[in-house]
Amino acid sequence: MLYINCPHCGMRSQNEFSYGGDASVKRPELNKEVSDQEWDDFVYNRKSLRGKHLELWQHISGCRQWIKVERDTSTHEIFRTFKANEEVA
Amino acid sequence: MQKYSIFNLVKNAFSNHENWDLAWKDPTPKEEYDVVIIGGGGHGLATAYYLAKEHNITDVAIIEKGWIGGGNVGRNTTIIRSNYMHDENGLFSEFGMDLWRKMSQDLNYNVMFSPRGIINLAHSDAQMNAYARRGNSMRLNGIDAVLLNREQVKEIIPMADFSENVRFPIFGGLMQPSAGTARHDAVAWGYARQADSMGVDIIQNCEVTGFDVMAGKIKGIRTSRGNIKAKKVGICVAGSTNILAEKLNMTLPIETHLLQACVSEPVKPVLDNVVTFGAGHFYVSQSDKGEMVMGGDLDGYNSYAQRGNLPTLQHVLTEGIAMMPFLSKLKMLRTWGGIMDMSMDGSPIIDKTHIEGLYLNCGWCYGGFKATPASGWTFAHTIAQDRVHELNAGYSLNRFSTGNLIDEKGLGTKTWIS
Repeated sequence: MLYINCPHCGMRSQNEFSYGGDASVKRPELNKEVSDQEWDDFVYNRKSLRGKHLELWQHISGCRQWIKVERDTSTHEIFRTFKANEEVA
Repeated sequence: MQKYSIFNLVKNAFSNHENWDLAWKDPTPKEEYDVVIIGGGGHGLATAYYLAKEHNITDVAIIEKGWIGGGNVGRNTTIIRSNYMHDENGLFSEFGMDLWRKMSQDLNYNVMFSPRGIINLAHSDAQMNAYARRGNSMRLNGIDAVLLNREQVKEIIPMADFSENVRFPIFGGLMQPSAGTARHDAVAWGYARQADSMGVDIIQNCEVTGFDVMAGKIKGIRTSRGNIKAKKVGICVAGSTNILAEKLNMTLPIETHLLQACVSEPVKPVLDNVVTFGAGHFYVSQSDKGEMVMGGDLDGYNSYAQRGNLPTLQHVLTEGIAMMPFLSKLKMLRTWGGIMDMSMDGSPIIDKTHIEGLYLNCGWCYGGFKATPASGWTFAHTIAQDRVHELNAGYSLNRFSTGNLIDEKGLGTKTWIS
């Protein structure tokens, strides 16, 4: 069982959360010409790192907020959690 | 190579079975090979075997980080089927079914292929319609499919829950009678033994640490046991695909996820088919030892852990008990996990890459084991001829940018949407 420290509600079990994928993926800017490659990278291509991975989760059975979680994909250790709009250094 | 036969069995009995040849050797890597296959799983071994058998290319090395049979080829639930609707998947898998039927003779190794049939249960009228359509598409591609009504399903699997007041009543199902199971370890060992006997070097405990690429052409690989030059390199490393892609500065439409399976304590024969639950993701078959072999959903978040987490297992088995209540009486014997190369449309990739002489085989999602022979056969063709075969033409790497997705179920890595 993973325990995720929701920045809004505190420590909760993974059963309350739903996964949202790689948080480092950025949607191409709206008013800019977007190449096929950029769109491809946004929609399909993923680094899927082994080790530290910044990802989105939604506290679906709690506050329903989207949050960012920094987790190790091989040990499942969770290092830090952030609000969705927080910049991660 | 010693042939496995009744005569050799009797002959070796006289020496207490102490003088059998090793099934495959343990060679030191040479400096150079014509073809290097990275990944000694089922697909890698099959690729090397068909390179030697179909294309007469025997200067081949298989580079395996762990040991033969230790990865997904030994971690799956051994189901073999070709019940796909789309032409690309159907024709590819049905070609594989033919190879499965001949495999024990072909490899001189009993892979215990057991065509016991697979039944996908339907739990609504809409699902029956969808199965009728899929069944018709299958039959157009020469694949056997039978649409069963509730009574017919009840005759085959009376132990399923046929009561009226359940959340997901059984309306019927789609059956592929020629589908089945096989002994997964035997598939790995059989391919390894034959490939080895034809001159392929199987190099275990050897991790690939980098690639030598010059002017857009592959020159060789770097490994924990030294550099190896190669004219051609094929990558077939399933859940580790992203790790190697990173070393090549490639970003792929692949995410690595964890899939769990489990077996119950052995019980007397009760189920002689593979059955899948249609209102969720659960499947079950009974092994020759009597264990109920079960599996279902991904754990749901990127993972390289090769071990599972309980919430998903509980969720999957809840579905199992809804489908066959007697499963709740069984003790769990063993659970395990493997890491899957989940592609974004749920279909695999067998293709050339932008680097000359480098070939990619990945994206097998939930269905890697049954694809073993067809994947090896087409990957060997792609490497040997430097062009894709018509069977794997649809499994291209660029289909995501061209829009030619093969969305069999519209189910890739994004399990939270499914």
